[in-house]
Amino acid sequence: MVTDGAPAAVPVARLADEFSKLPGIGPKTAQRLTYYLVRMPEEEARALAEAIVAVKERIVLCGVCYNITETDPCAVCANPRRDRTRICVVEEALDVLALERTNTYRGTYHVLHGVISPMNGIGPDDLRIRPLLDRLAGEDIEEVILATNPNLEGEATSMYIQQLIAPLGIRITRPARGLPVGGDLEYADEVTLGRAIEGRQEF
Amino acid sequence: MNRYRTYRTEGVVIRQMPLGEADRVLTLCSPDMGKVRAVAKGVRRTKSRLGGHLELLNRASVSVAIGRNLDTISEAYAISTFGGIRDDLQRVSRGLYVAELVDCFSFEGNGNQAMYSLLLGTLHRLENGNNLAMLMRWFEMRLLECSGYMPELVHCVECRDWLEPADHLFACDGGGALCPNCRAASTGALLPLPLNTMKTLRFIQREASFDKLEALSVPSQILNDLERLMRTYIRHIVEREVRSAEFVSRTNN
Repeated sequence: MVTDGAPAAVPVARLADEFSKLPGIGPKTAQRLTYYLVRMPEEEARALAEAIVAVKERIVLCGVCYNITETDPCAVCANPRRDRTRICVVEEALDVLALERTNTYRGTYHVLHGVISPMNGIGPDDLRIRPLLDRLAGEDIEEVILATNPNLEGEATSMYIQQLIAPLGIRITRPARGLPVGGDLEYADEVTLGRAIEGRQEF
Repeated sequence: MNRYRTYRTEGVVIRQMPLGEADRVLTLCSPDMGKVRAVAKGVRRTKSRLGGHLELLNRASVSVAIGRNLDTISEAYAISTFGGIRDDLQRVSRGLYVAELVDCFSFEGNGNQAMYSLLLGTLHRLENGNNLAMLMRWFEMRLLECSGYMPELVHCVECRDWLEPADHLFACDGGGALCPNCRAASTGALLPLPLNTMKTLRFIQREASFDKLEALSVPSQILNDLERLMRTYIRHIVEREVRSAEFVSRTNN
């Protein structure tokens, strides 16, 4: 990384190199983080290192919903109070966290781990769509909620899954599209505003 | 220092890549500046003012601030969102294929008005037209035309003799049809070019507008031949696999 003058000490350069592999971290940020760690108390640095190792060693994918979890099946799938007849299909494990924060949804999940993105070479076979179909065939499911991101690739993924499961006769829904809370009407794009008007509700 | 720190243009969003926490790097195809790459800040947040205007395949008018590395989109509004494409999987997959091909054949800082008009025209047809397989072949042919790769289908690419009405071969290296006499002389990849396939290809080549082709019914065997031929030829030109083609085939049933 340092091209002339005194090179950084080897362990420092090595850590900076590792940091710069992370998303959103360039060489400068990597250096800053590295030098911050150099000055950090040893126990804090050790705690960070252990947390990183623990993530890799202890975290598995839930065998039912493919969420990221410490126990298999995950806390949601193992919870007898959750509604097992509903599956909410999401793109990423982070989406499960977002939905759980709403305290509104009491069903189970299915994490696809990605979205169909043909230009980037990600097709249906690269996602966990097959296990979802197996679940629908094996369990007593009444409703599938397709909660992929409301953008072109997310919608394409939902449409693709919808085509696959339509013959099973299960109710298929998707979250309402509309205006975000706290937003301004005048800045809404026409697709969002159009769908918000279509899906208007009794006051 | 450049006096003009921002510029305005319009374009179709043909590619997007996530960047950082909530940003995206967009590639737009514009009529005057060719491919424009710029960062759209915060568009992955639900409250983003820009997000909905800068979806893939949207035609948008944008203000761009010139940056040191990447430019940043400061303002945008959608001129057309091609809503008819978004609600139909067969149309979406083809829309993405069109976008990927335009990405392959266009350059930064090099506007191509003909290519831009073709892109808009094709997306418009894709929104509410019929005969989508033929539309894709017509689009490919016109794209090759405005990029300078129009295949030669009247004379043999080796001996320049006029082609007899018979079955021939298609030579990717030569960029056109090859008569049986020249077969031995050619070294590159050859594809079969049966007479009826060649005739259909010539017809597509002649038609600057899609109107007549939309109503044209062609046996599925020929359609398959055409698809394979164009796919192989384009792969030969861009020197990589056009990845969305696979998803188009998946949505075809």
